[in-house]
This record gives sequence, structure tokens and C-alpha cells, in this order.
Amino acid sequence: MKPLILTLTLAFAQTLCAADWPQFRGPNGDGIANDANLPITLAPENVAWKIALPGRGLSCPIVVSGRVIVTCSSGPRQERLHVVCLNAADGSVRWQRQFWATGRTMCHDKTSVAASTPVSDGKRVVALFSSNDTVCLDLEGNLIWLRGLTRDYPNVSNSLGMAASPVWVDNTVVAQVENDSESYCVGLDPETGRNRWRLNRPIGANWTSPVVMRDGPRTLVGLQSKAGVDAIEPATGKTVWSYTDGAATIPSSVSDGETIYIPSNGITALRPSAGGQPSQLWRNPQLGPATASPIALGNRLFTLNAAGVLNCANTVDGARLWQLRLKGPFSSTPVAAGKHLYCFGEKGHVQVVDTTAPEGKVVGELNLAEMILATPAVADGAIYARSNVHLWKISKR
Amino acid sequence: MKSIFTGAILLLLAASRADAAAAAATPNPLNVHIGIIRAVDAEGKGNEKARAAWLTLVKSDLSALPSLLSGMDGANELAANWLRAAVDAITERELKAGAKLPVFALEVFLMDTKHEARARRLAFELIQRADAAKAESLIAGMIDDPSVELRRDAVQRLLDIAAAHDKAKRAAEAGKVFETALTAARDLDQIDTAALKLRQLGKPVDLPRHFGFLTHWKVAGPFDNTARKGFAAVFPPEQKIQLDAKYPGKAGEMGWVDLVAGDEYGKVNVNDAFGPVKEATAYAYSEFQSDKARPCELRLACKNAWKIWLNGKLIFGHDEYHRGTRIDHYRLNAELLAGRNTILVKLCQNEQKETWTVEWEFQLRVCDATGTAILATNRPPTPAPKATVRKPEVKP
Repeated sequence: MKPLILTLTLAFAQTLCAADWPQFRGPNGDGIANDANLPITLAPENVAWKIALPGRGLSCPIVVSGRVIVTCSSGPRQERLHVVCLNAADGSVRWQRQFWATGRTMCHDKTSVAASTPVSDGKRVVALFSSNDTVCLDLEGNLIWLRGLTRDYPNVSNSLGMAASPVWVDNTVVAQVENDSESYCVGLDPETGRNRWRLNRPIGANWTSPVVMRDGPRTLVGLQSKAGVDAIEPATGKTVWSYTDGAATIPSSVSDGETIYIPSNGITALRPSAGGQPSQLWRNPQLGPATASPIALGNRLFTLNAAGVLNCANTVDGARLWQLRLKGPFSSTPVAAGKHLYCFGEKGHVQVVDTTAPEGKVVGELNLAEMILATPAVADGAIYARSNVHLWKISKR
Repeated sequence: MKSIFTGAILLLLAASRADAAAAAATPNPLNVHIGIIRAVDAEGKGNEKARAAWLTLVKSDLSALPSLLSGMDGANELAANWLRAAVDAITERELKAGAKLPVFALEVFLMDTKHEARARRLAFELIQRADAAKAESLIAGMIDDPSVELRRDAVQRLLDIAAAHDKAKRAAEAGKVFETALTAARDLDQIDTAALKLRQLGKPVDLPRHFGFLTHWKVAGPFDNTARKGFAAVFPPEQKIQLDAKYPGKAGEMGWVDLVAGDEYGKVNVNDAFGPVKEATAYAYSEFQSDKARPCELRLACKNAWKIWLNGKLIFGHDEYHRGTRIDHYRLNAELLAGRNTILVKLCQNEQKETWTVEWEFQLRVCDATGTAILATNRPPTPAPKATVRKPEVKP
């Protein structure tokens, strides 16, 4: 682990266990599992358990202190919002809470009101839904606070559904609720749910999630939109620098602790420099991701394009090194453990790619036979994946 | 069956009133905490106090459930969610410990339709957990229930019965039950199912009237919407409705013209009036005679930017284009006046060129909170349909 990554992890939350996966793309928001002890050559026997979920969703499960927490939505108009906490060991339900949506639940049939991944500081969990209902619970299911952001700001909604996952940094929960009619990013006090700040954001539908990154001694949050990326101070919402060359509105940027890789003009790599504008390291239009976000593993950057082709590039100069066609398409962002990428295709194919093979190589496959849109979680030697119907734990036999 | 059911309700409500009188004599200590929770409001107001009150409430046993459910009566949506989470937490803990749900008290609560609809549905689901057969027996009488979810289950029961008649070739019985189901149905999928079956059985169905869609409009346009500035711009119809006026429009002078929705689901195609135009703004106007002053919901579906006024008062607007829509996409609370009400809808079309961005349509209906149509006293006859009935959607 790079020292900067370690610093970032500590800034993120002091109470997380090393094995936790507390947010979208894991503890550092980079999709890399500290625990590399995952099965590689997959077989049905690697499914440790599979449980039925109470509703639809493409939010990612998170794992905190032996608990798997996942959100769902149900009902004819998807107006019932669920937060479900399972025991990671056996999939049994520890607790579940239900809420009624206070905001609009209209979304595209493919997505769901449970699209944003919850976030935890190791003691509490904040779940945001596409209706912009936001709830904070402790790990035993006790309600700490709730908000209805569409109730507060009535034009905050996107008729295709919203999907940005919040981050929790510097004792602030940062949530992007950006769309065509009214567009904000809010910094919420995790004790009360009240706004620490509210930032006007570019008008336009946006499904990308904030990315936590280092900028010299500071921890900043990158807010991506069609306009580019604004780096803000999480405690104040103050903008520190802006990259204004445009960016995608579906795949999110990723930071490896030193460099931020932005889905902009393909991929654009920026290196923040303490206090000033970041410097652009490189740009490669060949690397443009489709729905899945990029992932940087060591000195390699990976993106999945609309054809289901995995691109591998050098992080130093952005040169594409190889391409590997997988069974796609992909909505789920790959996660990495050791030298392997775990790619979950929309048709349920789990494909394990050895990234050190000369042209990349699929070394493990498993067909879950359900539509998988959610990025998986990795914790304690297991990978957790969910569909609209089920949640699986996959581990070594 | 009906008389037995009615008798049971009367007995339960009598017991409920007796309980209420007893409760009035002995103040309920939970009410202080419920009151604190009911004070939560916008932007997190009251969350800290609510958290403390919630932690106290969840120490209660299952006998607290009716009080918590009653606490949702008239509460805002946020407070209702706090209380709902308390019900969940208490139920979960107590059932794990082997306690029994207070089915009788929950049934009393459920049967009193003055209670908040969602709270009653929650009571029903708790009964269902304890005694599924009792829940099933109760649902049969909920065909006109103010809770849309309870009504949905009752309608589904009828649809199943009707389908069984249909399968057994008992067309007359099937038709009667499908008609009853359609009359009661408020959810689109159930309406679709009943309408399709009735038509297959040769029965007439008037869907626009069932929903309460407004089908006859005057429209004026196109005004400009270059660079999407039309949404904020104030064109003459927003200042004064004058149906014989002429306006300087985007394509020259124009005035109000008739536009009738022949669609089964009340879809008004603005392009039928002006041709497929882009970067344009139009207005649709209708008058709605109400037999009395009453609250209503204006339920709008539109995938273009829109605003809506009732009696000259702006109700809401949404500046979004071509992200998708569905019936009842927007539910807007409003107040109808007794007699004449004016409804003005602003509709903007943007510059996108893709084929799916040609659509410039809206659907508007006037109904109550359950989705039951409120029909204008001046409602014109339903126009002949242009489209066939939708096929029921199947979703996981």
C-alpha cells in the first residue's frame, strides 16, 4: 500500500476495520481490496451463500464489522426503501428497516430507486436513495437521522433515476444530487443530518460519484460533472481547484492517491499539486469508459468500453498496452485483488482477469445467471455481489 | 359476508372508542416522545431531539405499536418514517424474543379508516406476519379502502377470482368481477389487466374517464425556446388568458386552437397541433367545473420541461427534457374552487435531434389522494380512442 493511500484511509475514517468495504469501490474508493485472498478459478461451490433480497437495486453492498449492508426498493412504484443488514458469515438477517420514499421514484426500468451505494464510518451507515431520501443508522439499526432532500429542494430529481454514491470524509457526508432542473452537492453533518454546506452545481443530469483524493497535505473531494471536476474541501464545500475540460456523467473518476484519472476526453490523468491547479500528465481518447468506472492497479489503468472490451494502459503515459474482449456489457465497475480484476457482466458472468498475463487473460469464470449491475464488495476473503433479486457471497471453498 | 364484515368493523371500532376513552383518562407517556418526533421538519430540523425520543420509544414492547401507528396520523412524511423505523425496531427485537404481536389491537387500528393510510397498511402487514389467514380474510373487504396498497391487494384478489372464472369459461361471472376490479383499481398495471380482459369479453371500457384525464384542450404556440430560455420566459398566456387573442409566435401570428387527446391514457400530443417543431414553447388551457371546493391532486406526466398553474397560481414546474416519464409522474397538491377552475400548462420542447426527442406530449388528470378520478361537471364525452389498450407490464 502506498503511504499516501494509507493516509487517505486514515483520513476517511478512524473506526473502520482493515477488512471493511465501507463505500462504493471500497475503503479508498479505488476498487482495490486489501485482502487478496479471493478465489480465482471460480466454480458454483465458491458460492458460500445466496439470499433473496426484499427488493430491487443496483447499489453495491458494503461490509462493516462482519455485517453486509445493502439497500433495496420495492412496491409498484418503488416507493418502499429498504436498508438490510446481514451477517457476513451466513447471510442471516441481523436487522432491516423500511422507509417510505418522500421524493419522486421515477426511474428507468433498468435502474432502481436503490442505486446509490451506502457509506459507513465504521460506526454508522448513511444510505441515499434515488428519491433523495437519506437515512443514517447505527450498525444495530438504530435511526440517527433522516432527510428528504427532494422534500427540501423540490426540483432535485432526475426522471431516469439518480445514482451518485456519497462519501464520508473529514466528518462530513458529501452527496451529489445533480440533475437538469436543480443541482446541488451537499455536505451533511453526520451527527444531525443537517447541511454543513450546500453548493450549487452545474445544471445537468449526472450519475457520477464524488471521489476522495489527496492534494498535498489536504484531503479533497472531486466532484465530477459534464463541466469537468471541481476539487472541494469536504468540511466547507469551498472549491480549491477546477478542471474545466468536460467529463463524463456516468463513469466516475478514480484516484490512486497521487493521480486522479478522469473520464474526460477518453481518460485524462491529473496530478494535484498542493495549493494550485493540478497538472495534466496525459490524455488518451482510446481509453474512454462506458458505464463502469476506471480502476488503477499498480502502474496499470483499466477501463471497460461499450463493446465489453477491457483496455489496459500504462499509468505513466496513458499508452494502451492491450485489449481483452470480455462477456459484457458492463455496468458494474471491476474490483481488484492482488493481480486479478473481478469483472461482473450485466448478464451475470463473473470473469477473473489476470492482469499480468501478456494480453490479459480470463483465468476464472462463474455464471450467476441474473442481471448484475452493481459493483461488488470485497471483504475478509469474500466477494459480495447483488442483483435485483439476490445477494451472493463468493469465497474460497 | 358483507353484513358479517360490517358487524365486525362496528364491534372493533366500538372497542377502539372504548380504548380511546380509557387512554384519554390515562395520558400515554409515549405521546411526549411521539410529539417530539412529529416536530421534525425540513433540512434536518429536530433530528437530534427526534433521535433521543426514538431511542426511548424503541425500548417499548409490542403494546406500543398502536400508539406509534396512531402517531403517524397527520404527521409529515419525515416523522412518519421515524415512527415507522421505531415500529420495525420494536417488532424485530420483540419477535426474536418470542413475544406475540397484538393482533386484536392492530386489527382495531387497521379497521379505522380515519388513520393514516400507510400506517394502516403497516398494521395490516404486521397482522399478516402473525396470522396470514386473518389478513387474507380482512383484505376482501378493502376494495374501496383509502389505502392504495390495501386496495391493491383487494383488487388483486378480485382479478384472480375473475381470471379463474375466465379460465373456466364463465364469461358472465368473469365480466362482472373484472368490472368490479376495474372500478376499484388505482394502479396502472391492474387497470391494464382488467381493461384488457373486459375488452376481450366484449365489455366497454372508458379509461380516460376512469383515470380522470383531461382530454379537451385549447393550445397556443409555438413560442420560442431557443437555448432553452422559454422555460423562464413569460409569454402572454402566463399574463392573461384570452382565447380569442393573437400572439406573435415563433412561426408568425397565431392563436388558440383546439386539441383533443384521443389516447386511451390521456396523452396530449402537442405536435398534432403544431407539427414536429423544436426549440418551441406552447401552452395548453382547460377549464374544469368542480361541484365543490376540495383538495385535489394534479397528476402530470411529461418528458419535456413544463409548468402548471391552477386558477392563475403557479403550482410547480420542472426544467428537464427527455429523461422519461410515466403516468402520475408528478403528483401535485392543489385546491379546486367550487365552480370554474382554470388550468394552464406550459410545455417546452428543446433542440435535441434524436428521434426519441421529437415527442412533445403530456398527460394530466385530476384526482384525490388515492388516485380516484375527480370528474368535472363540464366533462365532455370521451373522444374515440386512437390507440389500443396497453399490455400489462411484467416486472421482476
